[in-house]
Amino acid sequence: MTMQSVTLDKQRLLDWYRQIVLIRKFETKCDELYREKRITGVYLHLYSGHEAVGVGSVAALRQDDHVITAYRDHGIALARGMDPNRAMAEMMGKRTGVSGGKGGSMHLASRELNFWGGYAIVAGHLPLAAGIALKERYTDTDNVVLCLLGDGSSNNGYFHESLNMSAVWDLPVVWLIENNFVGMGTRIEDSSGQTELVKRAIAYGMKEGPRVDGQNVIEVYDAVSEAIDYARKHGPVLMEALTYRYKGHGVSDKQFDEREDLRHELEDWEANKDPINILGSILRAQDSDIEPELTRIAAEADAVVAEAVEYAENSPAPTYDDLINNIYVG
Amino acid sequence: MAQKNLPMREAVRAALHEEMVRDDRVFVMGEEVGAWQGTHRVTRGFLEEFGARRVRDTPISEMAIAGVAVGAAMAGLRPVAEIMTINFAFLAFDAIINHAAKIHYMFNGQFTVPLVIRAASGWGDQATATHSHTPEPIFAHFPGLYVACPSTPADAKGMLKAAIRDENPVLFTESIGLYRKPGPVPEEDDYVLPIGVSDVKREGSDVTLVSYAQGVDWSLQAAKQLADEGIEAEVIDLRWLRPLDLEPVFESFKKTNRCVVVEESLPHFSFGSEIAAQIQEHMFDYMDAPIKRVSAMDVPLPYAREIELMALPNAQKVVDAVKEIV
Ligand SMILES: Cc1ncc(C[n+]2csc(CCOP(=O)(O)OP(=O)(O)O)c2C)c(N)n1
Repeated sequence: MTMQSVTLDKQRLLDWYRQIVLIRKFETKCDELYREKRITGVYLHLYSGHEAVGVGSVAALRQDDHVITAYRDHGIALARGMDPNRAMAEMMGKRTGVSGGKGGSMHLASRELNFWGGYAIVAGHLPLAAGIALKERYTDTDNVVLCLLGDGSSNNGYFHESLNMSAVWDLPVVWLIENNFVGMGTRIEDSSGQTELVKRAIAYGMKEGPRVDGQNVIEVYDAVSEAIDYARKHGPVLMEALTYRYKGHGVSDKQFDEREDLRHELEDWEANKDPINILGSILRAQDSDIEPELTRIAAEADAVVAEAVEYAENSPAPTYDDLINNIYVG
Repeated sequence: MAQKNLPMREAVRAALHEEMVRDDRVFVMGEEVGAWQGTHRVTRGFLEEFGARRVRDTPISEMAIAGVAVGAAMAGLRPVAEIMTINFAFLAFDAIINHAAKIHYMFNGQFTVPLVIRAASGWGDQATATHSHTPEPIFAHFPGLYVACPSTPADAKGMLKAAIRDENPVLFTESIGLYRKPGPVPEEDDYVLPIGVSDVKREGSDVTLVSYAQGVDWSLQAAKQLADEGIEAEVIDLRWLRPLDLEPVFESFKKTNRCVVVEESLPHFSFGSEIAAQIQEHMFDYMDAPIKRVSAMDVPLPYAREIELMALPNAQKVVDAVKEIV
């Protein structure tokens, strides 16, 4: 993979660092709030560990490009520029949430940011991504759709049907698998005959993209930029970013408490492959005086998250009118 | 207004054609809609006239046909996706119910899904168990989706045009048994019927027959036969299972005090159950007899013609049901 020099621009790296740290702190706070029952419900899938994938890939998009993802959507929303206050309000089911408190954690979206939402039916958003891309082909633009999906999502019929159709119609989609090697608890070896998921591109006559280190935001950005460039000109690309989820499948997942082998695996990723550490080291190597700046970024992220919590907690709950509106248009 | 006698499939074709000419955002996608000219010949000649950009043959991929159409609709196109027959819509059920019907609500109005899914519905001649479904009421169960079930060529034209122009997702079913049946169809381009409005297809004062699609046809045949015996049936065609317009049914019931619900579908948790429940809830004081239901028998549909016909509703069964309560 050729390193694009623009990615080494210091301001840009610092901005990515800021986003990654913000997402980590946002998710850590969500986890805490859930345990304190200030965020309720059964579903809350945290992006901790995956941050570099979301930040690096979304950074490769233009404003008029599109992004869509599954339920593990907080990081993508924030990377695309969603107001953390309104994202947090959605977690708490408040009227001021991005989806009016009717979507919840799994259904953040922002039409104006061309963030088409998080979806909770595994792989159910894949045909939607292809459909959005079809609109761009149909109207002859060069906009691209970035569709993020989990490794587990590559095994139901939506994956096959959507990827095949995108290849037949040369749709401008980058299919980016966030491969964290596990569905809920079933490991990839136990669910996929071909564990190198990009190889499936061959079956569809589609461009096989790379498997990149999803913990290194620069590598993600470069590889996704290249894939987007290809999709803009030619058609779909299937690629993977290898990553790890730090907080289990969802907040109710107890696997790390129950299994020592998984704990060791997690400790290894946290110690050696953490996206914040990796980018931090790159920044420190470039500039030995950067520490105060990194500390400042972290403190700012704390403040943003604290404000989001305050905003959300002080927001009103939806009303009966909200319950019954927006079922139909008009 | 100028009219032309057309079978329903030609009326559907005319509606689709007019809307494609009118609006470049309207396009069709589905299995065999292009080169093959449409399984039911509804898109005959379209590929040649509109080209492959707007007449899109798809792989045999029902999940993606529905799901891709949802995405394209969200993004601003107006897809008319064809599911070859409604039997295959079960594969697309998730995309239709979880996404087409819910996206507007669950993102609180940020997206709209102006999508039409067309599907031929019903049983043919010995089509057997997997190819003889009429599950329209199942789809009508879910808020967020409209369900259109026309019974005449004119209605088919006006309702399909309305569906295509509307901002909401619509499942539009076309009864296979009615495809060839001709009727007068208004020729003008702007023949657009309102969504969710029932139609009194025959007036009468002795009993109210409530139905949609193919069932309307049996009801009208039954009404004719009953008239010979001095019983005047009012036939109400609901046309849309969602939005459901029961006002004309209630009005009719106030004068007839008797009702038979006629449906092509199965009886268990059915259209008939819903209509009967609503009548007893709202019209209890006007009720002079139990609400009767004529439905398909509660069996999978077999192959052999003798027992296949036994299982299906028809005009005679409607007549018999009426006589039990009049
Ligand atoms: C169609 C469907 N089947 C099952 C589920 C339950 N489920 C939710 S997430 C999940 C695992 C998905 O794993 P993956 O795609 O790898 O994403 P990750 O959670 O690792 O980000 C399962 C089985 C679902 N939501 N939808």
